[in-house]
Amino acid sequence: MTTTLTHRYRSGELHEFRAQGADFIYLVTAGAIFAADDMTRKVLDLLAQHGELDHDELVRALVADGLSGMDAEELVRELRLARAIQSTHIVHALTPSAPPADYPLQALVLNVTNQCNLACTYCYEFGADKIATPSGKPKYMSLETAKSSVDFLLRSAAKREAVHITFFGGETLMNFRLLRDVVIYADEAATAVGKRMTYSLTTNATLLTDEIITFLSDHAVGVTVSMDGPPEMQDARRVYKNGKGSYAVMEPRLRKLIAGHKTRAVTARVTLSAGVTDVQRIYRHLKHDIGFHEVGFAPVTTSGEERDYSLNGDAMTGILSDFEALADEWLDYALQGKVHGFTNVSETITELIAGTNKSHPCGAGLGLLGVSPSGDLAPCHRFTDADTHTLGHIDTGLDQTKREDFLTRGHVASKYECGSCWARPMCAGGCHHEAFVRYGDTGHANLHYCDWIRQWTDRCLQIYGVLAQRNPEFLNRFAERKGLQ
Amino acid sequence: MKHLKPINAKAFKIEADLASMDEDVVALQQAPRPHVPLGCSLSFSPGWEVDATGGTAGLCQPAERDIYDCYVTCFWPVQMADHVNYSPDWASNCAAATKDWRSLDIVFP
Repeated sequence: MTTTLTHRYRSGELHEFRAQGADFIYLVTAGAIFAADDMTRKVLDLLAQHGELDHDELVRALVADGLSGMDAEELVRELRLARAIQSTHIVHALTPSAPPADYPLQALVLNVTNQCNLACTYCYEFGADKIATPSGKPKYMSLETAKSSVDFLLRSAAKREAVHITFFGGETLMNFRLLRDVVIYADEAATAVGKRMTYSLTTNATLLTDEIITFLSDHAVGVTVSMDGPPEMQDARRVYKNGKGSYAVMEPRLRKLIAGHKTRAVTARVTLSAGVTDVQRIYRHLKHDIGFHEVGFAPVTTSGEERDYSLNGDAMTGILSDFEALADEWLDYALQGKVHGFTNVSETITELIAGTNKSHPCGAGLGLLGVSPSGDLAPCHRFTDADTHTLGHIDTGLDQTKREDFLTRGHVASKYECGSCWARPMCAGGCHHEAFVRYGDTGHANLHYCDWIRQWTDRCLQIYGVLAQRNPEFLNRFAERKGLQ
Repeated sequence: MKHLKPINAKAFKIEADLASMDEDVVALQQAPRPHVPLGCSLSFSPGWEVDATGGTAGLCQPAERDIYDCYVTCFWPVQMADHVNYSPDWASNCAAATKDWRSLDIVFP
């Protein structure tokens, strides 16, 4: 006698979307995107209608719809192997896996100073929700610490051919002399071990000089400028300690930078906060009036909605519709083969091209570490100088126990709510730092923007679907530009 | 894949993975599929076998086909996954042994 298993199927873990009148599925367990044909649509509809179906019931229904028995079997098999549908016997549990202790380092963020000439009211380093404890520690990084950091990076990069240093602050240019010396040292040190070193820095642009601009251009240092928009928006919160706005000081220097920096794109990073939410207007000013190559936006980090700069739900809804309008413009450009400067779409499309499926929201503690002026190691630049998050010291190396705790906490499988969310391959629970400020735990999912993220990811998937049909060549070129091919 | 068209890198990897399954044992995959089971015996329950050298590498059918029968009908007393206590899902991906034997994996109790 032979007994056989009876298989019951349900829909796999997927997000369905439509673009250009066609059906697509986004496979959550993989981050894969497929265009689905009518018969796939039929299977998914049947399973949606019945919840679960026996193998034979499913095949019979498809045969009744005109498929031959063999074709129906083939269809069910294809969908099952791709996990678009799955047997009810199988439960794929998410389990956090400990990261390898020797994960090769790719980038270091050097906080060359924790001092700043501005006093932006929402700053996560100085504002009401700061977590840094800089008291009694060095305010400026010494050349010795910086050189040790470079050596540490090269030593920890294993077989990577290219590694990266980001200079950060405080205000980075308050320690430009160090930056200059480090670049010269790191170029030599990298060449000596056969690696390539690239650089970037983040600045408020108020301290730029001709000499600095020439150096940045000559050494291909990518520049990101923190800027919030036209004068009244920039000056709302990006102010000096006496309350005076910074627009008038930075604007002429910024124009010189954009005109004089020939080797790397100059990008803007906008912090959206209460009253500074007119994304479209900010974009037009920064892209077209000022001349940035790309402009990226992020909502301000706060512990809740009670700060005067906090964004409430209505503001976030408004931001989303502005994002969507700009995203439509991005798509129009892409259909004409042109690259638009709205970073938030570009970044998401880059991840969709690759099929990114994140175990962690970002590289913090994995391929990336922050270094404080004292040489303390932190998961990223947002945690430098915070005693609660030190992961070792540049001279003694990584504290593997603390690192493992940070990474296990931050693993998407540790975040209960993420287990049922289709957007988790792209989001993985969101920024560790934001979670800590909001919920007191880096491993907490950032629940305050789940709906927002899902709607935004859905919109980017639709854009992807349209491009895959109408201008796939653009996606290929875009992938090439981002080094994905 | 006939019904799903891959449009990003991860989807292409899945397609390649499935395609490699379809071409690894050609003898079992002739179309139209034979109704009489192919094998070293006339039924599809050949049990454990060895090849001419005493190993399993030269079998005309993979050993996994045999082990599946130890699971389904339980008449052949050999080591296999404990599907009662520890590995109830062991054969869940194996709807039809002739096609899906590759889905039977090693388990570590």
